[in-house]
Amino acid sequence: MDYLDQLESEAIHIMREVAGQFERPALLFSGGKDSITLVHLARKAFRPGKFPFPLVHIDTGHNFQEALDFRDWLANSLGERLIVRYVEDTIREKNLKEPTGRNASRNALQTFTLLDTIEEFEFDACIGGARRDEEKARAKERVFSVRDEFGSWDPKRQRPELWNLYNGRIHKGENVRVFPISNWTELDVWNYIQREKIALPSLYFAHERELLVRDGKLMATAGGVIKPEPDDQIVTRTVRFRTVGDISCTAASESQANTLDAVIAEIQATRISERGETRMDDQMSEAAMEDRKKGGYF
Amino acid sequence: MSMDLLRFITCGSVDDGKSTLIGRLLYDSKSILVDQLEAIERASKTKNQGDGGGIDLALLTDGLRSEREQGITIDVAYRYFQTPVRKFIIVDAPGHIQYTRNMVTGASNCQLAIVLIDARNGVVEQTRRHSLIASLLGIPHIVVAINKMDLVDYAQDAFSDICIQYAELAKKLNVSQVSFIPMSALNGDNVVDRSANMPWYEGPTLLEHLETVELSNDTNLTLPRFPVQYVIRPQTTELHDYRGYAGKINSGAFRVGDAVTVLPSAQTSTISRIEFNEQDLTEAEAGQSVILHLFDDIDISRGDLIVRSDTQPIVAQNVEGMLCWMDTKELKVGSKYVLQVGTARTRCSIREIPYRLNIETYEHVEEVESLKLNDLAKVVLRTAQPVAFDTYALNRTNGGAILIDETSNVTVGAVMLEGET
Repeated sequence: MDYLDQLESEAIHIMREVAGQFERPALLFSGGKDSITLVHLARKAFRPGKFPFPLVHIDTGHNFQEALDFRDWLANSLGERLIVRYVEDTIREKNLKEPTGRNASRNALQTFTLLDTIEEFEFDACIGGARRDEEKARAKERVFSVRDEFGSWDPKRQRPELWNLYNGRIHKGENVRVFPISNWTELDVWNYIQREKIALPSLYFAHERELLVRDGKLMATAGGVIKPEPDDQIVTRTVRFRTVGDISCTAASESQANTLDAVIAEIQATRISERGETRMDDQMSEAAMEDRKKGGYF
Repeated sequence: MSMDLLRFITCGSVDDGKSTLIGRLLYDSKSILVDQLEAIERASKTKNQGDGGGIDLALLTDGLRSEREQGITIDVAYRYFQTPVRKFIIVDAPGHIQYTRNMVTGASNCQLAIVLIDARNGVVEQTRRHSLIASLLGIPHIVVAINKMDLVDYAQDAFSDICIQYAELAKKLNVSQVSFIPMSALNGDNVVDRSANMPWYEGPTLLEHLETVELSNDTNLTLPRFPVQYVIRPQTTELHDYRGYAGKINSGAFRVGDAVTVLPSAQTSTISRIEFNEQDLTEAEAGQSVILHLFDDIDISRGDLIVRSDTQPIVAQNVEGMLCWMDTKELKVGSKYVLQVGTARTRCSIREIPYRLNIETYEHVEEVESLKLNDLAKVVLRTAQPVAFDTYALNRTNGGAILIDETSNVTVGAVMLEGET
């Protein structure tokens, strides 16, 4: 079997284990390429049946409109249930203090909304699109990652995971985060998207847009999420996004790649990691991801 | 162009240069990106107080903050790289004695193990331990990486002596294919690039070996096994009678028209359709996730094993196997657990521990009543329901099982099943 077939089959197997072992699973859908890939894999795992889980989006309120439109179009065209919960509502209901200042992001607040949503629907498993190649804390996470009632990841208390046997037995209140594409790299995802002709939001391809230059990074001015400061330079450039997340912490890359072939050629040639290039949230400290995961982030 | 996939485990400790070896593979195969390299360059300078010496490749595999704080490696880490020929998954498991559990976990999915030996020390206790685990877990290919050749002046004699020592050890183990490669991970000799310092070595470099080792015989192709994961029943008007069994073929191949048996109930039927991605296939083989349909409307649910009727597995309630105990709480004779084989789960009790294996001398320690974390032992189990399996030696994907603690829900043991007692 070709390596993409092996990765695909492994991911389908993991999703079916979720369907078989849990009563109320969910698929965390962000509108990014990794979760779009998960949805494609879910079709292969469960069609002609319905998905045994809804798609759940935690909306920071700072998302690109293109990603939201794509999300709604995808859920609609599949005829699958979409649940959206808003960080905005959590901030209001819980009277949370929103981070302010230069590089403020709602990324950390997402965790509160996610945990509330898990509680609201009593989800016992949440499928996510995290990959082990992304970050060193993720490199050590299990495919079935058991979390306590606070969503915390404890790297010292992980269950051994052998062969293709997954143990999803949990106590009430606990839940499991499941990562079917753990063993995929960024390039694997792109090669798969190309092979399977999976549709993506236009953000992933070169387009012209207005941006501000801050600390050497190109940040979108869209939606007025990032408040320009006097020394920020406003420019118009041809860019694409290598990752699509919250506007406040996702940087654009200058690129002319407007087809999948061109994007893949760029990814193959790049000498900078995905998160290093685009994610402001991981550059706060050496252990930024480790800390967020312990706090219940997926 | 079709690329395949190789999962391999690196066995050794920091002292053997394991981290440097992984760093070297990633670095010389150009899998390290600029920002990651800059980060380790900065860290190398801090660590070596800026006095030249180049970059410390071992830092590439540096782990979590909680590990750095305690100076230990907690767990198995997974790393990825690829060449035009293959995608590689490196399973990086800590090498110390107390981490048998982690190495067993990491080794369970691997087709190849790299056993690192320090050329100055030759075969040591740790080598014996790692080789035993690789053999118990049925890893088909072993590469003995004789590292730090620079510290023995790249001498052919040093290499040959260790090969002889290891061949002695391998006789006591069940390993099918062993290759020896002399190298210096620190200097890059024979890792990715051929060494100019060892003209007497004519074999492949490590990467050449990893790229060319033959993998097609690693999966059992003769025993068709299909554990049912999930039953797909859309129950819509147009698919009113649709009933498909979703799963991944563990081993062997199935064809439409094959006579099959569903275990443990032993009901029989014939495959009417094999479906993938809403298209019909005439056959499907080990590794593929598909949907099977049967002619007869029989009672099948998650946990059942569909096999081709002319190749029956063992179906038994009294079974024996080699156990790796993975919990801090001791295992005692008489204790009850949940046994998971494939998708089937049933309660079981530990009837007997015929012996514990000394992981360095390979001697059997008899009259054992309990097992501690990281112990390896022969056990006899009695299950509540019959379980269907093959011996681990014959069919790795249908002979591995886990034990789950019923109260904590934690995975506490791994069993390589050996047969009925």
